[in-house]
Amino acid sequence: MSEFEPKIVAFVCNWCTYAGADLTGTSRIKYAQNVKIIRFPCTGRIDFMLLLKAFAEGADGIIVSGCHPNDCHYTSGNFHARRRWITFRSLLDFLGIDVRRIQFSWVSAAEGAKWAEIANTTVNNIRELGPYTDYAKVAVHLKKEAKV
Amino acid sequence: MKIGFYPGCSLTGSSREYKESILAISEKAGIELVEISDWNCCGATAAHNLNKELSVSLPARNLALAESDGIEELVVPCAACYNRLVMTQHELNEDEKLKSQIAEKLQMPLKNKLKILNVLQYLEEYFVPRLDELIKKPFEEEVACYYGCLLVRPNQVIKADRWEDPMSMDVIMQKLGAKPIDWAFKTECCGAGFSMSKTEIVGELSGKIVRNAVNQGAKAIVVACPMCHSNLDMRRPAINSYLKTKIEVPVMYITQAIALAMGMSEKEAGLQRHFVPVSFSVNC
Amino acid sequence: MSRIGVFICHCGENISATVDVVKVAEEAGKHEGVAYSTDYKYMCSEPGQTIIKQMIKEKGLTGVVVAACSPRMHEPTFRKACSEAGLNPYMCEMANLREHCSWVHDKSDATTKKAIDLVRMLVEKVKFNKPLYPIKVPVTKTALVIGGGIAGIQASLDIANSGHKVVLIEKDPSIGGHMSQLSETFPTLDCSQCILTPRMVEVAQHPNITLMTYSELEKLDGFIGNFKATIRKKAKSIDEKLCTGCGLCTTKCPTKKIPSEFNAGLGFRTAIYVPFPQAVPNKPVIDKENCRYYQQGKCKVCEKVCPTGAIRFNQEDELIEIEVGAVVVATGFNVMEPSEFPEYGYGKYKDVITGLQFERLASASGPTLGEIRRPSDGKIPKKIVFIACAGSRDPAKGIPYCSKICCMYTAKHAMLYQHKVHDGKSYIFYMDIRAGGKNYEEFTRRAIVEDEVNYIRGRVSKVYEENGKLIVKGVDTLLNARPVEIEADMVVLASAAVANPGSEELAQRMHISYDAYNFFSEAHPKLKPVETNTAGIFLAGACQAPKDIPETVSQASGAAAKVAILFSQDELSREPVVAVVNRSAPPVYSTCVGCFMCATACPYQAIGEELITDRKGNVIKKVAKVNPGLCQGCGTCVAFCRSKSIDIQGYSNEQMYTEVMALLNDE
Repeated sequence: MSEFEPKIVAFVCNWCTYAGADLTGTSRIKYAQNVKIIRFPCTGRIDFMLLLKAFAEGADGIIVSGCHPNDCHYTSGNFHARRRWITFRSLLDFLGIDVRRIQFSWVSAAEGAKWAEIANTTVNNIRELGPYTDYAKVAVHLKKEAKV
Repeated sequence: MKIGFYPGCSLTGSSREYKESILAISEKAGIELVEISDWNCCGATAAHNLNKELSVSLPARNLALAESDGIEELVVPCAACYNRLVMTQHELNEDEKLKSQIAEKLQMPLKNKLKILNVLQYLEEYFVPRLDELIKKPFEEEVACYYGCLLVRPNQVIKADRWEDPMSMDVIMQKLGAKPIDWAFKTECCGAGFSMSKTEIVGELSGKIVRNAVNQGAKAIVVACPMCHSNLDMRRPAINSYLKTKIEVPVMYITQAIALAMGMSEKEAGLQRHFVPVSFSVNC
Repeated sequence: MSRIGVFICHCGENISATVDVVKVAEEAGKHEGVAYSTDYKYMCSEPGQTIIKQMIKEKGLTGVVVAACSPRMHEPTFRKACSEAGLNPYMCEMANLREHCSWVHDKSDATTKKAIDLVRMLVEKVKFNKPLYPIKVPVTKTALVIGGGIAGIQASLDIANSGHKVVLIEKDPSIGGHMSQLSETFPTLDCSQCILTPRMVEVAQHPNITLMTYSELEKLDGFIGNFKATIRKKAKSIDEKLCTGCGLCTTKCPTKKIPSEFNAGLGFRTAIYVPFPQAVPNKPVIDKENCRYYQQGKCKVCEKVCPTGAIRFNQEDELIEIEVGAVVVATGFNVMEPSEFPEYGYGKYKDVITGLQFERLASASGPTLGEIRRPSDGKIPKKIVFIACAGSRDPAKGIPYCSKICCMYTAKHAMLYQHKVHDGKSYIFYMDIRAGGKNYEEFTRRAIVEDEVNYIRGRVSKVYEENGKLIVKGVDTLLNARPVEIEADMVVLASAAVANPGSEELAQRMHISYDAYNFFSEAHPKLKPVETNTAGIFLAGACQAPKDIPETVSQASGAAAKVAILFSQDELSREPVVAVVNRSAPPVYSTCVGCFMCATACPYQAIGEELITDRKGNVIKKVAKVNPGLCQGCGTCVAFCRSKSIDIQGYSNEQMYTEVMALLNDE
């Protein structure tokens, strides 16, 4: 049987991590294909409902990454994201969602190698955790129920 | 009122008068200082130079013992003991993992929330507000308040007032009626442990302290640390030979000054135990 | 129904070497709503762009996805191409197949599949893109410069000389700032006042500059190009039009023992005073705190002697509102209060002084007329000790940073001392000699070699007085590494440069950010050193960080150039990536409930209130409103909004959810 290939969505900010991932490219540092990036203006923009949507649509893991504290292009968006993450994390835990499936990190525009490392470790971690179907099942069930 | 008390080794040996005087003034003020049962060495300066774990475990055991005795506030008159206990408390509170490791090693629970007071903090909290009622004979002397190093350092943890030029002892002495002199050697090194191995270094370092105090007009040097006391008092011959003169300024614990001001006799204050004779009977 | 064109770039072989571009184009072509798809060797080349333009026209495309390099590289290129073909540029998106795919993965089916996924994601996004138009804002072509030190003077003159109006405000009675207090300047030793005063006069006489001294910023509202500033013009108690600056009042004032700010406390001034002889404007003000009339109700000597009757005791502070398009903040710095150094005895011993006080002693216009005489008894000190880094680089004093100017001015002080006191001996205790700058290293070498200043590498633990001498106890960490004691006649502390008191409140008033030390923060430490993160507000000089005169002047000119660039346009055009609050037909009007959580989240104060009224003017609903001139488009408000009523153009909820769904639905 072939190895489990997790689907990992990366929610990143335009100014630091997106640029950092560009640097990974220009430096030709390799990482797993499983990680796919969606570009946001700022981590402050990342509504955590979007993360739930990703799980509902079948994501096995998520990376959220932006500028280091104090380096936010918009001064404080990443602080909002961090605070939101702290609150959201315990809420997810309460809901029974495995918080290990979300990797929160800071990657600056100069940290191409770090981005590759985070991408690869996340893929490995999620591979160990296995496919994530619980939440998607609930979502599908709710959708059906709504139709009835 | 009962407050915990950690004497440490010095107070049971070379600085018995420090213990006698603090117990005497506390008793007279209606405070019972209760010694921690089965206390052990604080690790002194030796342990943390040799073995980190030991240097934390030794004071931690004392803290745990105090907790199991039901003590919430602990008075530690010896500046070195105070320093080790406070540093240990700080290190354990900064590092939860280390704290649980040590608690396991001690096989004792350790909440580590004890309030640890040095002698100045103890006096400020329990004596200063009641000085009017406690003082019988104001201690009207010109004194040099000598803090030494361990009461004020490291500042990040101890958080002393103006650690380069502390004032808390000066303020207490002033309230006793004394005139604290303005001098420059409040926190200079007395030579510390060189007392045993290289007495001439103590002679030089303590000599400079004593000389500046005398030059600025001090009639007595007031201390709050057994090490400082023994270097300035017991090592006076070394000091005198460094300064090439005979200096007679006495060195006394702040608790002894308070004892005198509270109307106790020189013997009750333990003044007869010093090497450099102390006598304020004329003035007091 | 969308008609989207997908253009896959080979980027030479950069993409096609690991991604099967033909297959990606083929798969994209099958996708719903895609009207055309192709691949080409270099999409960004002239022929590549021509293909896009042709297809927009030929196929009537409603949206374009270019799958090539990073949008951070070529998004503007392709958007411009689309716009040239008549498609709204914001209907074009890029899929990043190079940096995020072909360059970071080996050639495999998985890599091609990822490319297909990325293209599908952007195709779905484009379906929800809306035509957007750049935001236009008008520009008021007057600049406000806050602070009349060398930074403010330079910025004002540069802006004024570029043909624009400037309002320069200064809180003290005269412009000139710290530079006017300095004796000589390093590394040339030319007299500070000699080079500064002509500039001060130029400011006062410039037709484009309105100078307001004894004035402070009270309030700043508005946004780039359209600020409204309220200035408090403090009462000077004189009629400036009548006053001729004859100075009779200052000689007759009976209150003569007020420590002079200009002389850093080493001399005295009167209650009605001109801070220094070369002051601009050279007209006095009455210091109400110290004036006998204001404090005790009797005196009015100045009024009696004034030949033109210019004294006005009943004058009150005025609030003046002005409209400006840009602001240059040049409020300067201060020196650390040396009472933080009980161990150095400042305040206790008269002959322990600060570097700024030494400047006044060495200055020909100072209290000793340039002779180095110590404050206690006026004697010439024969042994002088300078302590560098008094506070700086000392986390225990709360100042981990380097004050930058002290190494140089301490060398200068020692040099000036040696030039004036030939038989004197000078010592400098230092941590490192930081002399980076044109001719700076040569200057400090000159102090050491030619003027024989004794540099001792080590810190000072204590300064105390014994037998009329200041004993400086320190350590020499070089050679023998020994404690040293010097019996000095005078000690000079190079006390740290710190932010001005009140700078925190000023920053908050202007909505600009400041660092942990209350210095104002630049928008980017390297690439935007004069901008703040509030558009239209610029920084000049030591209010941003300690800096010397040349650096201050360069930054001030930089800030002036930024203002001139801004003022070169009649209207500002901004990216329309901004937040908007939704509006709908009555009776809902907007799903916004007016909780204003968005306003608390906004780092730019871009969100205000809007009242929805009926025809009679009755308020029906209070909702949030985004000021597109201030909004920078971070979208933090969008994530905050509980009723999903605020959204950001270009990264809307629809677009982002669609991207997530499209990325994961790969069947």
